[in-house]
Amino acid sequence: MKKINVNDTTLFLSFAAVILLMPIWLSPFGAAYPDLLQKFAIYGIFAIGFNILFGLTGYLSFGHAAFLGVGSYAAVWSFKLFTMNVLPAVAFGIFFAGLLALAIGFLSLRRSGIYFSILTLAFAQMSYNLAYSVLTPITNGETGLQLTSNDPRWIDAMYKTPEAGLPSTELFGLTMNGYPGFYFCAVILIICFYISLRIFRSPFGLTLRGIKTNQKRMKYTGFNTRPYMLAAFVISGMYAGLAGSLLAITDPLAGAERMQWTASGEVVLMTILGGVGTLVGPMLGAGLIKYFENIFSSFNSGTLHEVFSFLPDGLEVVVVKVTGLFVGSGWHLTLGLLFMIVVIFLPGGIVEGVQKLARLFRPKTDDDPQAPAPQKQAAE
Amino acid sequence: MTMNNLVLTLNDVQKSFGGLRALADVNLQVEEGKTLAIIGPNGAGKSTLLNVCVGLLKPDSGTVMFDGQELTGKQPHEIAQLGVARVFQTPEIFTDLSLIDNVMLPALSKRDGSFKFNPHLHMRKQTEVRDEAEHILADVGLKEQLDMEAGSLSRGDKRRLELAMCLILHPRLLLLDEPTAGMSRHDTNQTIDLLKKIKQSGMTKVIIEHDMHVVFSLADKVSVLARGKIIADGTPDEVREDPLVKEAYLGGAHQ
Amino acid sequence: MDAILIQILNGVDKGAAYALIALGLTLVFGTLGIVNFAHGALFMLGAFCSVTFNKLLTLSVKVKDEGVTLFEAFKEEPYLKIWFGDTGLAIIDYSVPLSILMAIPVMILVGYVMERGLIQHFYKRAHADQILVTFGLAIVLQEIVKATFGANPIPQPPPEIVAGSANVGLWLGLGESVVYPWWRLIYLVFSGAVIFAVFAFLQFTTYGMVVRAGMRDRETVGLLGINIEKRFTIVFALAAVVAGVAGVMYTPILPPDFHMGMDFLVLSFVVVVVGGMGSLGGAVAAGFLLGIVQSFASMNEVKEIFPGIDQIIIYLVAVAILLVRPRGLLGRTGVMED
Repeated sequence: MKKINVNDTTLFLSFAAVILLMPIWLSPFGAAYPDLLQKFAIYGIFAIGFNILFGLTGYLSFGHAAFLGVGSYAAVWSFKLFTMNVLPAVAFGIFFAGLLALAIGFLSLRRSGIYFSILTLAFAQMSYNLAYSVLTPITNGETGLQLTSNDPRWIDAMYKTPEAGLPSTELFGLTMNGYPGFYFCAVILIICFYISLRIFRSPFGLTLRGIKTNQKRMKYTGFNTRPYMLAAFVISGMYAGLAGSLLAITDPLAGAERMQWTASGEVVLMTILGGVGTLVGPMLGAGLIKYFENIFSSFNSGTLHEVFSFLPDGLEVVVVKVTGLFVGSGWHLTLGLLFMIVVIFLPGGIVEGVQKLARLFRPKTDDDPQAPAPQKQAAE
Repeated sequence: MTMNNLVLTLNDVQKSFGGLRALADVNLQVEEGKTLAIIGPNGAGKSTLLNVCVGLLKPDSGTVMFDGQELTGKQPHEIAQLGVARVFQTPEIFTDLSLIDNVMLPALSKRDGSFKFNPHLHMRKQTEVRDEAEHILADVGLKEQLDMEAGSLSRGDKRRLELAMCLILHPRLLLLDEPTAGMSRHDTNQTIDLLKKIKQSGMTKVIIEHDMHVVFSLADKVSVLARGKIIADGTPDEVREDPLVKEAYLGGAHQ
Repeated sequence: MDAILIQILNGVDKGAAYALIALGLTLVFGTLGIVNFAHGALFMLGAFCSVTFNKLLTLSVKVKDEGVTLFEAFKEEPYLKIWFGDTGLAIIDYSVPLSILMAIPVMILVGYVMERGLIQHFYKRAHADQILVTFGLAIVLQEIVKATFGANPIPQPPPEIVAGSANVGLWLGLGESVVYPWWRLIYLVFSGAVIFAVFAFLQFTTYGMVVRAGMRDRETVGLLGINIEKRFTIVFALAAVVAGVAGVMYTPILPPDFHMGMDFLVLSFVVVVVGGMGSLGGAVAAGFLLGIVQSFASMNEVKEIFPGIDQIIIYLVAVAILLVRPRGLLGRTGVMED
């Protein structure tokens, strides 16, 4: 494995530093406010977990949003029933998402290739439809699950007198919004990254990569591939559940739209944009997409007119009209285009792109801190 | 000659695809430590025979016994764990992984069994596995390219890599499907030498081969398969003189 | 008996739409080997061809309203009425079926551009990449439609003469309780005709023969020296047209909105899987079957026993099929069974 191992500690430490210092180095980009930083961290966890499945095994799940949603619901229920402390909420989120992943994975992994993708998609749509209809007592349907003033909160009720208004989430007294909320998410993200790093470097991780490259050979080598796949699927489902519970912690409500398949598509995009199968790629992709979503959505025709006010009048109107398609509520159009552009021109994602560039400038290097970006090959 | 343990026994194995009979009442016995070569014209059912042995195909009737255990109905990975390894006709390797990873994977399977959840371990610390993998890669002559991606190897090197991947499993029975196809004469001879060396270690082998040079250098016994039936078996010299065999080969050429 | 017939009738028109979309989906998969997540968007584009056509027909100008004499009043009057009088109004009334005339060339063009511009570069790439790029394209197409036509559904009335319901029950001697909107009946006949046309094209033309051979064994057909690529383009355009006209004719049943493509796509994929990947007959059979199954699952009697079953029944069927009979109802053995 070349010199990679020497660099793993450095990689981990620099990752941790970059994440923890985000409030500082992101401020010139206008992104250093807690709400957005929390999103970076949460979706980073989601994408890192997704990458453990898609990046290592090559199995493309189109249903991971279901686990995100379940994590959110479980966390909000923990707030409603037990306590506003975030730790049980996180634990419940991970647990129930893992349970659902176990069930869905057990069935879906009986097939591979596009059948696997369609099965996961079908299960996620099923969860979504159920959350909107019969499961309304649990999910509160279209309104979404929220805290109310007459929630029991049994544990909190035992030693605290409820204050007026809705309580906020807390970690042993520390309120989980604003920067404390971000740092809580960031610490969890760093732990998640460490776990992912260890999985990548473990025999288990190597086995998963073997399955991605040649499942047939794995079987004739004596590996029972299905439990390995299931373990990877459940782990990535738990990551998604964790991300979902964190979403509920930073903003205690959960809605079914979180489980929609476009949400599953978004995490796929994050992963491939950054670089499938690389360690930092998914985090990079998640950060970029949430950053641009934030910027692009905030534009409206007023701000566009300001931006392009230097242009001559006639031209300005046209430019504003065209760019207006891509910003504000048109952000999804940009997202779709980005999706296509990445898949067409940069299937290895940004990390591979950077590596290619680096190789251009330094023709003879073999100390890239990244695992070699996997090459695409026909899945069947 | 003393009668050794029978490692592989096929009893009346039959397999049809649609109306086509690929294997008809095939009986085979391979003794411990011996090398059996299966020859025959194209479409005789040779690959089907190996596929039945490793669990890729289920025979319609008959049994495949390995070392006293029945293989029919077992999963491929179970059969592999019992000690049956296979070299395929087109090399089945991990093209995206480095050579050393390619060989370490089977070593892990040998050490840990068919499933072990071990994300807490670090590959760097699996020194025994790595040492053995390096050793075996040196044996097949690929020592210099440990960190190269396996997909960029030449076809002949890919076959040698696959052989190394099977050898590190220390199988009791090694099945080889045309192990030298696509190799230069020089590489073929190297492979023959390597296989001879393995033979001294007592590994039992079944080889499918077209190259008679390979067959006669390695085989203790030869079985001739034509249209799903074994039409002759015996020592290489006996088979060479068998009139039925000559006819089958000529007939095969005309098909 | 009546109740069963009603449920079947309620199911078949949706089933017909599933079948038409799935037909193109499976055709493209079978011949081109492409998993097209943007196929639902083609259905949606077809529906919006109808909307556009209707808008074109009803282009209006402000004229003085002669009916109001007390003061000067103006009203919108379509050019067609001004130019052709009642004939013009009749044309507007028939805008949905007439818009097929516009949809066919538009969809051919869309299919051609899509295949030449994007899909052809993905023949040799992994299915995962195909899924991702067409997924992106689907988002782009639906967002463009959203930006152009807005987010709200736009109702399209069927022609006046078929606005009511047919008394199907009386025809079959079942009493008056079974009624069925005329337009849905027309949609059924129409989709039957389209399906028949597609099968006839594949069965009786040399073109179709090559396509069918290509579905069986692409490489060999390529080796025969037949220009497969060109035929691929035509197959893709054909699939686009089928999805497009299915969308046009569906507009009176379901007012089109920008996300209808995605909604139908997921279900159509399920239909293809149930029918058997690459099996045309399977797609049609499974389309109608699932439409009817869904309709039965939404009966109150059924919902009382299994709450929410109507929401998930199609997926349940698909999951069961994939696990028990992976090649689907009519799929060939060995095709993508893994």
